[in-house]
Amino acid sequence: MSAREDILRRVRTALGDGGGPVPVPREYRRRAALSRRDVVALFGERVADSRAAVRHVGADELVTAMAAMLWAREAKGIAVPADLPPGWLGGLEGVRALTDVPALDPAVLAESDGVVTGCSLAIAETGTVVLDGGRAQGRRELTLIPRHHLCVVHADQIVGTVPEAVARLDPYRPLTWISGPPDGRGLEVLVVED
Amino acid sequence: MRFADAARPELADPSSRRTRRQAATRARARQAEATAGLPDWERLREAGAAIRDRTLRDLGAHLEALEASVTEEGGRVHWARDAAEARRIISRLLPGDTEAGLVRSDVTDEIGLEGGNAGPHTRAAVVGARFLVAETGTLVVTDPGESLTFPGTVVVVAGIEDTVPTWSDLEVLLQLLPRSEAGRRMHPAVSTRTGDLQLVLLDNGRTRALADETGRAALRCIHCSACRDVCPVYERTGARPYGPGRAGPIGAVLTPQLGGVEASLGASLPFASTLCGACADVCPVKIDIPGLLVHLRGEVVESRRRRPVPTPELLLMRGLAWSMGDERRYEQTLVRRARWAGLLARDGRIRRLPGLLGKWTDARDLPVPPRQSFRAWWRRRP
Repeated sequence: MSAREDILRRVRTALGDGGGPVPVPREYRRRAALSRRDVVALFGERVADSRAAVRHVGADELVTAMAAMLWAREAKGIAVPADLPPGWLGGLEGVRALTDVPALDPAVLAESDGVVTGCSLAIAETGTVVLDGGRAQGRRELTLIPRHHLCVVHADQIVGTVPEAVARLDPYRPLTWISGPPDGRGLEVLVVED
Repeated sequence: MRFADAARPELADPSSRRTRRQAATRARARQAEATAGLPDWERLREAGAAIRDRTLRDLGAHLEALEASVTEEGGRVHWARDAAEARRIISRLLPGDTEAGLVRSDVTDEIGLEGGNAGPHTRAAVVGARFLVAETGTLVVTDPGESLTFPGTVVVVAGIEDTVPTWSDLEVLLQLLPRSEAGRRMHPAVSTRTGDLQLVLLDNGRTRALADETGRAALRCIHCSACRDVCPVYERTGARPYGPGRAGPIGAVLTPQLGGVEASLGASLPFASTLCGACADVCPVKIDIPGLLVHLRGEVVESRRRRPVPTPELLLMRGLAWSMGDERRYEQTLVRRARWAGLLARDGRIRRLPGLLGKWTDARDLPVPPRQSFRAWWRRRP
């Protein structure tokens, strides 16, 4: 008997007739009882709590804020996903943006002064940004190797709770949930409010 | 080796006991704060317990669903009856010259895998799983997911019970796990990957535990370590006396269930607890660990009933049953007990009982029984 059949047979013998499916009481909160404004404010607080730097700006200030954040870090060369909105880096002088097409070598990523990405969504209660490899996010390595990550979050991408996030995310995409700066690397979050 | 024997050297080391106590105090405070931060924590625990029960109650169907979705997404599922079979499968998947890293987990420890850390330049890796979603074939890990970017083979080793039925179950488990494990609102990183996995599903005693209708609840465990952080026994002994398996209260329950109660470690672990219940209070999936320990103590006693030489406890209990079965014998026993107790007592306490009974007084004093029994006093009352 193959190991597969053997294990499945043992499982079925162990359980007998099973006694029917177990109902799951789902009486926990799905959404936060907060206004839009408060959800965005809570996200900012929780990100700051996680030791990441956070800044709130209006849509028209995005370009200058980003340039200021990169200059403050004295960044010379940064990595960016190929489909980063070109406007985001419009105000940059003296910072070279290396586009990840063709895929940048890990050594180049390690040498760079950081990476700029967007995100798929963000979770207020946990101060989390979630990347799924979609628009303005690039492949997983981009945020794993460079020493600094600047993540742009639009206010309408912020959900209140984990259940809201799980319902919105696509399980078939490669997801990375980031809550606070990884060991030895920096994280800045730029919240763009409209 | 028996738990108590293995614990002795640990107990005699005050500096590591102090370190453990400080670490435990910090961990308890963090967990308490993190769980108090969610108004629906108790409702999440209810849901978490039910999700895990639902997984176990119909595990065969969920495993087949998991296999189908992993295969559909381009991966493959391998089945291992025990640790040796799992290691054989892994070495077949990663031939000797493969430069493979290891992302450790309880399951990779369980099958005895050792190896270098998986760094950014590793080409292949063996990783543990936090959850495997049967519905979608998704692997969930709680690290930045470096291992999931390797160009070579990614081998995932998981226990058959690490499955969860649906994607939406993660909305509960990803709230329970980080708060219980590290007192955080969320793990610093969570990564998922669907498809293209070489998944090794391990039994290694789990179907044996599953067959025990009461004991099966221990397989709800989501490996958070909250029970360990609150346990007064673990705080004093550390991990080593629990043997090669899991440490702390959940280890005291799982090790005997996976490996049986015949070996000396498995037979002693159900007794490595004061049954104070702190573990059950914090368990995010509401495993009644003290209840399971009592259940296992019963199994240990049952397994010894068949021995040719009875245990001291059994002899004592049989003696008690004999003397208590008859009024005259019982009266005589009471008189004799008072006489012996008088001989052994110093300052109102018995510090050491003779012979095999001495084991009982190793760790505690026995109060001296009153000179006169209640029945004698009743008869002589004016």
